[in-house]
Amino acid sequence: MSTATEPTTYNYKVVRQFAIMTVIWGIVGMTVGVLIAAQLVWPALNFDTPWLTFGRLRPLHTNAVIFAFGGCALFATSYYVVQRTCQRRLISDGLAAFTFWGWQAVILAAAITLPLGYTSSKEYAELEWPIDILITLVWVAYAIVFLGTVKMRKTSHIYVGNWFYMAFIITVAVLHIVNSAALPVSFMKSYSVYPGTVDAMVQWWYGHNAVGFFLTAGFLGMMYYFVPKQAERPIYSYRLSIVHFWALIATYIWAGGHHLHYTALPDWTQSVAMVMSLILLAPSWGGMINGMMTLSGAWHKLRTDPVLRFLVVSLSFYGMSTFEGPMMSIKTVNALSHYTDWTVGHVHAGALGWVAMISIGAVYHMIPRLFGKAQMYSVGLINTHFWLATVGTVLYICAMWVNGILQGLMWRAVNEDGTLTYSFVEALEASHPGYFVRWLGGMFFLTGMLLMAYNTWQTVRKGSTAPAAEAAPQTA
Amino acid sequence: MSAFWSAWVSVITLAVILGCTWLLFATRKSQKFNDTTEEKVGHAFDGIEEYDNPLPQWWFKMFLGTVIFGLVYLVLYPGLGSFQGLLGWTSHNQWEEEMAHAEEVYKPVFAKYAAISVEELQLPENEKGLKMGQRMFGNNCAVCHGSAGTGAHGFPNLTDNDWLYGGAPATIKATITNGRNGGMPPWGAVLGEEGVRDVASYVLSLSGQEVDKDAAARGQGQFQALCTACHGTDAKGVQMLGAPNLTDNIWLYGGTFEKVAHTIRNGRAGMMPAHKDLLSDEKIHLITAYVYSLSNK
Repeated sequence: MSTATEPTTYNYKVVRQFAIMTVIWGIVGMTVGVLIAAQLVWPALNFDTPWLTFGRLRPLHTNAVIFAFGGCALFATSYYVVQRTCQRRLISDGLAAFTFWGWQAVILAAAITLPLGYTSSKEYAELEWPIDILITLVWVAYAIVFLGTVKMRKTSHIYVGNWFYMAFIITVAVLHIVNSAALPVSFMKSYSVYPGTVDAMVQWWYGHNAVGFFLTAGFLGMMYYFVPKQAERPIYSYRLSIVHFWALIATYIWAGGHHLHYTALPDWTQSVAMVMSLILLAPSWGGMINGMMTLSGAWHKLRTDPVLRFLVVSLSFYGMSTFEGPMMSIKTVNALSHYTDWTVGHVHAGALGWVAMISIGAVYHMIPRLFGKAQMYSVGLINTHFWLATVGTVLYICAMWVNGILQGLMWRAVNEDGTLTYSFVEALEASHPGYFVRWLGGMFFLTGMLLMAYNTWQTVRKGSTAPAAEAAPQTA
Repeated sequence: MSAFWSAWVSVITLAVILGCTWLLFATRKSQKFNDTTEEKVGHAFDGIEEYDNPLPQWWFKMFLGTVIFGLVYLVLYPGLGSFQGLLGWTSHNQWEEEMAHAEEVYKPVFAKYAAISVEELQLPENEKGLKMGQRMFGNNCAVCHGSAGTGAHGFPNLTDNDWLYGGAPATIKATITNGRNGGMPPWGAVLGEEGVRDVASYVLSLSGQEVDKDAAARGQGQFQALCTACHGTDAKGVQMLGAPNLTDNIWLYGGTFEKVAHTIRNGRAGMMPAHKDLLSDEKIHLITAYVYSLSNK
């Protein structure tokens, strides 16, 4: 492959910043999640304080885990991966620094405005218009830095991980701008430019692709680097990556309508959304297969390497939730699952099992390399974290499956006279044990994150110094 | 949907599905299944190489299966623009069919009780019918009147046998069927603030409460002039008008001095919605029986 003619060093500063903030925002976002999970078990925990109520903290939780925790993980890994796979320093240190400080400012603004009750009321896009504008500026800078670095690469081809990162960056830009289009009426209040059903469709086109491109394509980019790197094995199939990449991005963009089954959305839109969601199964699994099969010949490493375990288990949860998703998009299944905790469980199978676990694995892989250490301070703690995260995720999703199916069946049960057998409150009472188990699962997961913070702190602070920081391109 | 948009939707939907299918076959070309290879594609990135393995056969078939299912679905159901699908299914006619089915199943159940009078429905042998009424009350009425029917501020208590419009079965049924509009005009402008407080004192004295006797005496005259037209000369209310009895210490909008003064000053507008378009006569009959039972145990 091409060799660098002049000595290059990578910009690790911005990667380090984002990697550390991934851990911190992970803890913040999950703490809020555990608190609101506890509120559903013990409602007194909102202390009759408006800014601690579920309705305000829930969007804070989702924004914090998706955009603060997940976002920082994507920034950190994409900057790390693009430099190392293009053998090129980021094209602009200044713009990269702007994306870091700008993104932190967005998160801070979210953490202040959401509890105060400022919201555009669009799910996963609650932030009001001045913050939306800042997001746009940061995202354009991100696109310039990332795409510019790919363009100026010193390798002949573009690595598959970078395809996914590019699809994620470009699509999220389009989604954010289209869905956030609004007419401001005051400094912190605006109204969507779309009317009624169109607004709902635009919102879920955005909402589902926040899952598809932010939480799937972006993290597949991460997977394509860290799994082969940690396993030290070649990617299983280049062909498979081509098919599943193009099929994934082509079909995902259609699937949003399945959030609006049996609503005022026209029948044809619902049908097309369902069909595309089903076709999405194979392209989604393409990524899982490519990651899993990359381990063939390296399975024994799972016995000793908890970082690799994080990565592999995240792929299992990815495969499970991308099977569950298409099933739930089938209208007859959706008629039972919609509006129940099943949906919440499905999201968390993806968010905890896939997104968080692969990010955690990637951060554990990067931290020693970024800070010039041989390895993490304690491999034993990584292992403990792994089990806490896995058990926590399983508790969470099982509780939500049970609750979701229970709610779906109770809501549709009718007496011999056609009246509803159960009131809403009866279904809520029946859900109480599940809410406790969900809270417990969240506590497990959060405890693991606290261990990660301690481990990271100790690694950065002392740890063993590494023989090589690898801050320069490695020619293959 | 115009012909243009219909074509637009159809073309891009099919282009995506068929495009994926083409890619699937094009990528498979020149390779047989189950033929894993040690060959690599030749590029490496930061030490990561890629094998040139074929698409797994089971995965290829699964992909193709979902594509075939999708295309068949789009032939049978609405999806491709304004093409309605061969089955002629719409969400609206699915709803109509389900409603017709429910009608068929449940009609006999309700018909049985429609022939039994409200009074007879109170008998133990008709307990099931009363229970049905209670469940429909829970779904339709409890949101305002409370699940036990005990009411709330502005929403009458249905268990105390104190009726605004009357508690005979036929009256209850008329209330549910056609709704009620209980309007009390505001008197603040007519009476002035002092007058409002005088009348409030008098009204409270009617139910034997401690009030400023001078104020009540002043208020009595104004009450006679302005209020008796609706509330009656004895202030015991007029059910024809839905005007409440003011002597029984039961208050729809609160019985403190300030609340009563507020009512006199600003008036009230109570509204019970009509249910004739929401519920069948048979259902209203059973709800009537249940409401009747609440104060006729």
